[in-house]
Amino acid sequence: MIRLEKRPQPSRAWTVATPLLAVALTMVAGGLMFALLGKDPVVAIRTIFWDPLFHEQFASYSRPQLLVKAGPLILIATGLSLGFRAGIWNIGAEGQYIMGALAGAGVALALYPLDAWFLFPLMVLAGALGGWAWAMIPAILKTRFRTNEILVSLLLVYVAEQVLASMALGLMKNPEGGGFPGSRNLQHYPAAANTELIAGTGMHWGVAAAFIAVIAAYVLLTRHILGFQIRLAGQSPRAARFAGVNPNALVVICLGLSGALAGLAGMFEVAGPAGRVNIGFNQGYGFTAIIVAFLGRLHPVGILLAGLLMALTYIGGELAQFMLGIPSAAIQAFQGMLLFFLLGVDVLSNYRIRLGRRRIA
Amino acid sequence: MNRRTLLASAAFALGLAGAAAAQDRVKVGFVYVGPIGDGGWTYEHDKGRLAVEAHFGDAVETVYQESVPEGADAERVMTQMALSGADLIFATSFGFMDPVINVAQKFPDVKFEHATGYKRADNVSTYSARFYEGRAVQGLIAGHMTESNIIGYIASYPIPEVVRGINSAFIHARKVNPDVQFKVIWAYTWFDPAKEADAATALIEQGADVILQHTDSTAPQAAAERAGNVYTFGQASDMIEYAPKPRISSIIDNWAPYYIERVQAVIDGTWESVDTWDGIAPGMVGIGEITEAVPAEVKAEAEALIAAMASGEYHPFTGPLNRQDGTPWLAEGEVADDGTLLGMNFYVEGLTGTVPQ
Repeated sequence: MIRLEKRPQPSRAWTVATPLLAVALTMVAGGLMFALLGKDPVVAIRTIFWDPLFHEQFASYSRPQLLVKAGPLILIATGLSLGFRAGIWNIGAEGQYIMGALAGAGVALALYPLDAWFLFPLMVLAGALGGWAWAMIPAILKTRFRTNEILVSLLLVYVAEQVLASMALGLMKNPEGGGFPGSRNLQHYPAAANTELIAGTGMHWGVAAAFIAVIAAYVLLTRHILGFQIRLAGQSPRAARFAGVNPNALVVICLGLSGALAGLAGMFEVAGPAGRVNIGFNQGYGFTAIIVAFLGRLHPVGILLAGLLMALTYIGGELAQFMLGIPSAAIQAFQGMLLFFLLGVDVLSNYRIRLGRRRIA
Repeated sequence: MNRRTLLASAAFALGLAGAAAAQDRVKVGFVYVGPIGDGGWTYEHDKGRLAVEAHFGDAVETVYQESVPEGADAERVMTQMALSGADLIFATSFGFMDPVINVAQKFPDVKFEHATGYKRADNVSTYSARFYEGRAVQGLIAGHMTESNIIGYIASYPIPEVVRGINSAFIHARKVNPDVQFKVIWAYTWFDPAKEADAATALIEQGADVILQHTDSTAPQAAAERAGNVYTFGQASDMIEYAPKPRISSIIDNWAPYYIERVQAVIDGTWESVDTWDGIAPGMVGIGEITEAVPAEVKAEAEALIAAMASGEYHPFTGPLNRQDGTPWLAEGEVADDGTLLGMNFYVEGLTGTVPQ
């Protein structure tokens, strides 16, 4: 007989070990799935986890790409984790990401072809503001009218997508684009382009910002009174009130911060890897970042690692698709398994497994 | 030498031959925007890929990647394909345009083929089909078949390719039925069965009894089947499983001959950057079987139209035609030039609503 016994406190050792265990279980279950599809499971797992890092043909390209893919995930997830810790659920980072990109690109397109040093910093500012403003809608509705921020922020994603489509087709459409939707390519506009800081490394300003955000979040959570209030509000809202935490202020701060970071991520993406404002510019970074935040245990360093791992499964998954002919749906299922096992083995950090009957004392 | 070792050494020799062949095999990559099982656009491109494999056998190796988002991800996918030794890469969606150009600059020895785009380079060709010829046939049949005089149109993105299709279908529906109206829903997707089904249902609720689609899934067909007396057309692929009703005909993209020709050019070393825009005549656009749900005289009229376009004696955009605001576009007997068609972002006279701006 197997019994679960609640631990008085989550086990520290298991909290660190469970993500690793989840990755291992995913490899086993995923390998089984690949074997059922008629692919060599060892080769498939190696292609996903090893080849992007060490394959002689690809690694020099895909290693930097790892940073490009992980950068926005880490940046957004870091912001989200602050709110999640305090029990404030911003599910709409995707929308804030879009609005940040639109604000940032909007500044560049409005001033085109101005060639000035201050253009890029201005875009950064606009990107953060755009995301922040979009996040303020659920924040104010929550503090004023007690609406549910989960619903409001999520639904605003779809509004943002419509705004994006309208911009790509109208206001921001490339006047030299022959009537096709989509803005000018910012990669070809040097003053506005978010280029690699060191050529061939994939390190662009967005990746740098992600690293800075991780460090800042770490300091905030461990050293700053606000970090203490965030953690306290999440663990015990009542205690937080007695400790003088203003819950409304916390909502505004957490949603604002996560919105600003998501907006920044969007701005860096549109000025860099994506290049253009276009319909379908958003590729779900805002939603994937939620997974990354939880995969990383809402801890800045954990998020850094989780973002890189997630990026690895994307890039390795692509390699596995065209090298081995594994269907893209199988890769998505593989990524899903990762989250599934992570949540599944979570039980180990909160519960102790006992064998045998409970003795009645 | 006993029989087993003989067999083993024969197998070994074959293996060697295979390995030698593998080295000078031409590697062809395909980048798809949807899943190969979409039953429409990507499905037909993948059929083209399989035709390449069947035609060349061991001389060619193909690889593909499905459901590639348009944008930065596409650029990475194509770069990785080029790094893996692909000699020729087909990028089969409009939104892959800028990524193709970027990657092509980095790999001058790799040939690229971009479907439905307008940017070329020394190692980038473009190709597309004159789907508007098929739309003319659909418009004619739809104009005859509708009883409510409302034809629904599930459009994808407001790009010239799609606008051209709407105009062509509308012109030919109006020709046979002056009372016909088009209701257009913009789905902003190439492939999203849920959205497409919603759009179809919304159009049916607004009274449409014929639905045309420029999206790739069979979801609208299924929605029409549920609704009953609604007719549809297969898009990009035959979608014959919904025949004889609701699907009464279809536009079939046939990429196989083009793909085989281009791969052959790479093998022969004669590949050059070209712009191909073929229609019904060379078979790039096919019209699927017109089913018995369509009256015989309508079917005959449609077949006459197909023959006229195939022989080149009729162009679907022949004047007199006005723009939506009433300003003249084509004079009596004048035929639209390709440049205007390629950049078409306006409706013709009679269509209601606006092209989203």
